[in-house]
Amino acid sequence: MKEVTGMAGVSLAPMAGAQGEFAGIAMIRAYHLSRNDTQRDEIIVPTAAHGTNPATATMCGYKVREVPVLPDGDVDVEALKAALGPQTAGLMLTNPSTCGVFERKIQEIARLVHEAGGLLYYDGANLNAILGKVRPGDMGFDVMHMNLHKTFATPHGGGGPGSGPVAVNARLKPFLPTPFVVNENGRLDWAEGDQAPQSIGPLSAFAGNAGINLRAYAYARLLGKSGMPRVAEYATLNANYLARRLVDVGYTLAYPQRRASHEFILTLAPEERATGVSAMDFAKRLLDFGVHAPTTYFPLLVPECFLIEPTETEGLDELDNFVEAMRQIRAEAQDKPEWVKGAPYTLPVRRLDDVKAARELNLAYKAES
Amino acid sequence: MPFIPHTQDDVSRMLAALNLDSVQQLFDEVPENLLVRELNIPEGVTEMTLLREMKQRAEANFSGAMYLGAGAYEHHIPAAVWDVVSRGEFMTAYTPYQAEASQGTLQLVYEYQSMMTALMAMDVSNASLYDGASALSEAILMAVRASKRRSGHSVLVAGTLNPRYTRAARAIVETQGIDVQVLDFDHARLTLDEASLSAWEGRDDLTALVIPMPNFFGRIEEVNRLTDWAHQRQITVIGVVNPIAVSYLLPPGQWGQKGADIVVGDGQPLGLPLASGGPYFGFMCCRQSLVRQMPGRIIGRTVDLEGRTGFTLTLQAREQHIRRAKATSNICTNQGLAVTAATIHMALLGGEGLQSVAKASMAGAEALKQKLARVSGVSIVGVGPGFHEFVVRLPREAGKVVLKMAEKGVLPGLDLGREYPLLRDCLLVCVTETKTLADLEQYVTVLEETLKECSAC
Ligand SMILES: Cc1ncc(COP(=O)(O)O)c(C=O)c1O
Repeated sequence: MKEVTGMAGVSLAPMAGAQGEFAGIAMIRAYHLSRNDTQRDEIIVPTAAHGTNPATATMCGYKVREVPVLPDGDVDVEALKAALGPQTAGLMLTNPSTCGVFERKIQEIARLVHEAGGLLYYDGANLNAILGKVRPGDMGFDVMHMNLHKTFATPHGGGGPGSGPVAVNARLKPFLPTPFVVNENGRLDWAEGDQAPQSIGPLSAFAGNAGINLRAYAYARLLGKSGMPRVAEYATLNANYLARRLVDVGYTLAYPQRRASHEFILTLAPEERATGVSAMDFAKRLLDFGVHAPTTYFPLLVPECFLIEPTETEGLDELDNFVEAMRQIRAEAQDKPEWVKGAPYTLPVRRLDDVKAARELNLAYKAES
Repeated sequence: MPFIPHTQDDVSRMLAALNLDSVQQLFDEVPENLLVRELNIPEGVTEMTLLREMKQRAEANFSGAMYLGAGAYEHHIPAAVWDVVSRGEFMTAYTPYQAEASQGTLQLVYEYQSMMTALMAMDVSNASLYDGASALSEAILMAVRASKRRSGHSVLVAGTLNPRYTRAARAIVETQGIDVQVLDFDHARLTLDEASLSAWEGRDDLTALVIPMPNFFGRIEEVNRLTDWAHQRQITVIGVVNPIAVSYLLPPGQWGQKGADIVVGDGQPLGLPLASGGPYFGFMCCRQSLVRQMPGRIIGRTVDLEGRTGFTLTLQAREQHIRRAKATSNICTNQGLAVTAATIHMALLGGEGLQSVAKASMAGAEALKQKLARVSGVSIVGVGPGFHEFVVRLPREAGKVVLKMAEKGVLPGLDLGREYPLLRDCLLVCVTETKTLADLEQYVTVLEETLKECSAC
């Protein structure tokens, strides 16, 4: 993990991505406090950041300041400069970003944040975009988490479990969450308590999601030196191919002038304007084609969006099937919009009443008495 | 092994569609100086090689008779549980954001929520948190949010709570300036020293009281009295419970006059095999009035366009993907598959099955306790009712006895000296339904042998 991330230390303890983020921001906090730098009370996140980023900063007791993203998908560096100051504890960034593009000015951003005395957090939830190609440590990041349940082959189980190890550079090493394994002259042991006096502490009762770590380890060993970059290459090839084919059948990319990373964003705003059929309707109709819809309405700054992430493991036929389904749905939206708005039709239930679910809460079965 | 299905021909066609000559061109927006030339890790190995290596390493782990509990417990898991859990429909599914395509997962979680609320006698349950200790942290943050006071929050934690839970809770909630205070316990009784509460009379910054049941030493606290004490002072009661114990003992929803407000714990005893700490799962239940402060996913029952019953994620406005910095928690991925196992496990055992596990475990613990009390130099610490764990005092340092007995194939319990200087000669012993009378006799024999050999320890 250290070599893959370009970092100096790793703890496998965090149980999912969001807990890895918590560990990372808590380490940034511990670092500043260890230097009696007590005025830093703000974490900066781009508006496109995943929801766990601002939520994590709050959970660690920080204020959150958002900086905008430019129309080309890169962070607005001028706005970032204005936001940085003696109150800045750190910046949380995903790269490639949640806009599905590589942040080209990353080295300048890292310099600016460090000059302001802040640290740089890397959200490595989707490391498969750059695995073996670019390393967060080389980009200038101080601390990061990885979602092993995304990049290293552990099925998601309908909601989890995951594992969100953190990696840090040398200055944050003393603060890593416990337990982690130390090697004392060939004798392996857990470092906890007194053996890690500056640690931010344990975040769970035992050793994290050890079973998930084991599975990820097996996958990483099977891939090895040449398998890892292959992951990034095929994830990127699939995303760029799919983006191009969807444009060919009439769809609009949110960042058409950019290379896609492992994912890309379509905006269905033109379709919505022309036909009244929304991104949600497209998503529901896709289910009828046997395709689980991509993430919808995220990032929030792109209207009517689909965030499409094919990953490296889908083959060409599968990608072409997806394009064909999208082509048909687009035609349906033009010819019979009401039909698409009524989808899905082939699943055990039709569209569900979310408003009723929230208004008339029924969260557990109660036998009639 | 690449795990990638593309043929060379596929790649050529895809590159042609993109007007590119090579895959490397796809990375041309990355600054040149950042591109990695070669990772310094070994080449991939074959599955055969890896399996052999893993097997060898696994053999270096202890695999004898297990009497170590202390927060994770060995129980029998019916073979059907993981056979069903491992089905692709459960195992590989993503978070059920598209409800119509996830009714299986969603109904299962709704049933889980129903079982947990029934078991705990609470109004609502969420869909899981990471583990028991992180669930406790979330419960404390929830109590703080529910409190009318803006700042100055102290939380009282019984000194008989699993110390690993206390440490994790501290690490997580102290970043928000919440003060976690540990109450003393009576070293002879091994229960909370209720007199220590008097020091907190009149304080106006008390937000929550954390009560374990059973406590870390397997003892039963005076949950009714403690709950009422807290409620009389407008303090939120957080119960930390073992779900198997609750099936047989008083459920937290019935503690005292009004019941606990929030209940958390680790779901591991409900069908999860021991695995160095995870994946297990944290559960959380609360009273209805607190549901909007709950962290994590919650499944609701509703209807579709045609009036058919269906299930969906609900109250999502609490969650990070909607509310961002104002969310109740940052949790996103939870322990879904572990909950799947627990739900199937509970469905197979039923209420009576869970109770018989509880009773068999308690009977086993009682039997071993009586046998150990007769071993010379060994005595039982603590009085009053207990669940399936208890504390024995040895005539030697517990840590040394543990190592020696483990060499003979019996892991006799937890060396309490690692946590409590005053209990350096004490072991925390756990017996579950997995142990036969012959097993218990073997424990005693190995202990007696060890004590003899260890006379010089
Ligand atoms: C960019 C990003 N950050 C953070 C997370 C949070 O990870 P987890 O769900 O494991 O907590 C995710 C995934 O959900 C993500 O995609």
